[in-house]
Amino acid sequence: MTTVALAPRVAEGARGRVTIRGLTKSFGATRVLRGVDLDIADGEFVTVLGPSGCGKSTLMRIIAGLERQDGGSVAIGGRAVDALRPDQRDIAMVFQSYALYPHLTVRDNIALPLRMRRLTFAQRLPLVGRLVPGVRPTERAIDEAVRRVAAVLQIEPLLARKPGQLSGGQKQRVAVGRAMVREPRVFLMDEPLSNLDAELRVHMRAEIAELHRALATTFIYVTHDQAEAMTMSDRVVVMMDGRPLQVAPPARIYDDPEDIRVARFVGSPRINVLPAAATGRGSLDMRGLELPFDADLAAGTAVQAAFRPGMATAVRGSDPSGLAGVLRHRENLGSDLFLHVALPGIEAPVVVRVDPTAVADFPVGEAVSVRVPPAHALVFDAAGARLRPRASAAMRRHG
Amino acid sequence: MRRPLGPVGAVLRHVVLMAGAAVMLAPFVWMVLTSFKPQAEILVAELRLLPTRWAAAENYATAMTRVPMLRFLVNGAVVTAAIFVLQVLVNLPCAYALAKLRFRGRGVMFAVVLLCLLIPHHVVAIPIYILFHQVGLLDSYAALVLPFAISVFGIFLMRQFFMTVPNDLIDAARIDGLGEFGIVWRIMLPTAVPAITAFGIFSVVAHWNDYFWPLIVVGSEELYTPPLGVAFFRLNDQGTEYGPLMAAATIVILPLVAAFLVAQRRFIEGITFTGMKN
Amino acid sequence: MADALALPAPAAMRRRGFGEAMAALSLAGPAMALMVLFLVGPLVVVVLLSATDYQLGARSLSYVGLANYAEMFADRVFRKSLENTLIYVAIVVPASVALGLGAALLIEAGTSLRAFYRAVYFLPVMATLIAMAIVWEFMLHPTLGLINLALREIGVEGYNWLQDRRTALFTLCGIGVWQSVGFNMVLFMAGLTAIPGELYEAAAVDGARTGLDRFRTVTWPMLGPVTLFVVVITAIRSFQVFDTVQVMTKGGPNRATEVLLYTMYSEGFSFFRTGYAAAVTVVFLVFVLALSLLKTWVLNRRVHYA
Ligand SMILES: Nc1ncnc2c1ncn2[C@@H]1O[C@H](COP(=O)(O)OP(=O)(O)O)[C@@H](O)[C@H]1O
Ligand SMILES: [Mg+2]
Repeated sequence: MTTVALAPRVAEGARGRVTIRGLTKSFGATRVLRGVDLDIADGEFVTVLGPSGCGKSTLMRIIAGLERQDGGSVAIGGRAVDALRPDQRDIAMVFQSYALYPHLTVRDNIALPLRMRRLTFAQRLPLVGRLVPGVRPTERAIDEAVRRVAAVLQIEPLLARKPGQLSGGQKQRVAVGRAMVREPRVFLMDEPLSNLDAELRVHMRAEIAELHRALATTFIYVTHDQAEAMTMSDRVVVMMDGRPLQVAPPARIYDDPEDIRVARFVGSPRINVLPAAATGRGSLDMRGLELPFDADLAAGTAVQAAFRPGMATAVRGSDPSGLAGVLRHRENLGSDLFLHVALPGIEAPVVVRVDPTAVADFPVGEAVSVRVPPAHALVFDAAGARLRPRASAAMRRHG
Repeated sequence: MRRPLGPVGAVLRHVVLMAGAAVMLAPFVWMVLTSFKPQAEILVAELRLLPTRWAAAENYATAMTRVPMLRFLVNGAVVTAAIFVLQVLVNLPCAYALAKLRFRGRGVMFAVVLLCLLIPHHVVAIPIYILFHQVGLLDSYAALVLPFAISVFGIFLMRQFFMTVPNDLIDAARIDGLGEFGIVWRIMLPTAVPAITAFGIFSVVAHWNDYFWPLIVVGSEELYTPPLGVAFFRLNDQGTEYGPLMAAATIVILPLVAAFLVAQRRFIEGITFTGMKN
Repeated sequence: MADALALPAPAAMRRRGFGEAMAALSLAGPAMALMVLFLVGPLVVVVLLSATDYQLGARSLSYVGLANYAEMFADRVFRKSLENTLIYVAIVVPASVALGLGAALLIEAGTSLRAFYRAVYFLPVMATLIAMAIVWEFMLHPTLGLINLALREIGVEGYNWLQDRRTALFTLCGIGVWQSVGFNMVLFMAGLTAIPGELYEAAAVDGARTGLDRFRTVTWPMLGPVTLFVVVITAIRSFQVFDTVQVMTKGGPNRATEVLLYTMYSEGFSFFRTGYAAAVTVVFLVFVLALSLLKTWVLNRRVHYA
């Protein structure tokens, strides 16, 4: 039920609803999917985000029917599709390498899925197919559909070209066109932008989001790029080691991660994590600093406290209300200035964002203190699961 | 070597290469010149390059009419074309399966292909001859064509090519509704045209020129391929009428040599490519 | 719904895996069947036949063990045939490899007439060997042939090349070399173009001044694996010498040009001593197989170099 509440645009129909239950898959001894459950509403844009090799493509390929799962099932539009061939599942897929047919023109590339569906075997034969009755009206309808798609994607001038004569962005559009033309229930996109240069990627990001708004079809989008996930999706599935760790809207993923691996994967620069221990009196001890944290934790329980670089503040010199360290390195990006502060006994430096105009205040090698506002600290248990203070847990339930 | 030669070196290079070229070309030149000479001038036993009386028309007419030379040429074209078409039909799908499908026994199958690559076709001549003898196929077009329908070399070459085709392309085709046969003929075949061309050149050259197998299985004159035809011509005129004989030889090598001169780079690439892998 | 979905659908899924196997089988099946019919089967049969006294057309055959092989190695003709084949290979391989390398290096050394030379040297590879053998036969004619006429011009008495026991085999070797130089040349050219130009610049910086220096420090080491490969495939091709022998000498004079494949052909298809011919085939196969395995080994090593 939470699904429905969180998905902003849910249509009444179930045409594009995708339900995944207990999906498992191994390649030999490698367990790639270890039980994936996912409910995707009709018309939703869901991004599967995770590091390379975590099983994202495998998940997509199983949804598409290109790979067979070992266990579990997939339903599209309320109908189990496990026994169906890819072309019977009413899905379309856009591949990272575009996978355009190199010998066909753009027009024929886009028309191919329709030809395969609407023409009989005899009608599809080269040369003689044209003579079979009923070909002409069908071909005309297909041509019309191709033209419509081309108009939406603004690739009409390219229709007569072969893929070899297109730029990366143009190929991308054609690949999307080939997917669009059959009006599938679900669009599957596997890292469709990762072969484009940075600028074009940002542009296409906006275009795909716009396309989703226009089509109002379910999109399942796979990426390892958090910027794509955060900017385009209704909900993000953060996947690691063959399991979804958290499924939530982008802002929740960033602000309120359920797992320390999610917190670490999302956000750049990475979130800072420091060891801490429960004091037994409603607070945590983080390197001598007391953080109020009201939870049922026995005194001495080891936990991990995490805070994002933008949440902390830094002051020059030593300050009893902060963590004392030494400034090792500065990264000035113009808009932001990141300070890398080494804390004694901790290997990775803590990163803090400050205003770039303050660059002169922080000479490298000097003592720096890092202040962490307690409200912004995220606490995880030793295994990485999120711990919540009692009050805020209650608050969230009602909010 | 990537450095311009001095003037002496450049001249020396041409001197040596020209001398070599003369040797390489001598049989061709002599063949063509002789095919223009009347018998009387050939028999004078003097070193003369050009004929004093041109007998080209007679010689070529004799070459075409004394034996059914046109028939031999057509046979050659039919047989090489049939072999190539069958080779594509039989071996391309197999190569695709070996490269892109997962099924039990694939490893064994490929190992057998690799082993068969080591068998020269002379070795299997006797058993295939006996087989064709048993089923009454000797002395037929089928006997000339069928044994070459299987080309393990073709399978190997195509498989190597298909390995480089991205899996995504095949998956896209499956999603678009193509079956495995559709993928082979509608996607893989057009994609593999460069590799198939190279293999085709190799195949056509090998079978147009093949002498061993036709010599063994064919007895009737109507089925002679060009190499058998020209050998037959030589026996027929007792090896005395050199003008028409050289004309016949010219006719037999002409189709391939002409094709080679037109598409030199493709031929050399095709043969090198296949030679390297073979 | 969720509960119903949680059950996997194993039967249906197995059917789909079965589908892929069926597709593979129907795609690879014809090739596999023909492979068994025309390659694997005959290979086995030829080995089995070599242990029989089968004669083509005979109604029966009996097992004779190694008798064919014993007869073969006692037979002067076979020994001569084996010896001739080995001599042929021993001459054609080094000559055509060296000349092919030389031609490739010389042609690539300059830019003028490169395409012309390449085409000319490659021409004999394309030309129907049987037709060219007939041309060569005419050129080697003792009184009317170009060779002897040319020799007479410079005052040298030629031989009756193909009918003289002293010259027949070497003459065939010469034709073999003429035919394979171009093939080896293009293989070497492919090898040469694969050598990065920077290596020559590096060698020049390191003090390689003459062409010979450059050849010794860069070209030859880089061409080494290619050369090995070219040697092996030329050897395999030379072992299969047949066309020129069959049309020009018929193994004569007095067995001077009898070679393995010709022996196999005449025993098997002229005298119909199939069992014996099969035994000859097996010997031929052993040689070619050994060379092929060597080639595979060379190829695998080349992969590591690349
Ligand atoms: N066909 C296959 N055979 C064996 N291993 C595979 C196959 N496909 C994927 N894998 C393995 O499964 C893991 C997950 O792969 P994939 O789903 O492609 O990850 P992602 O798309 O998240 O990068 C990887 O370790 C990969 O090596
Ligand atoms: Mg992937």
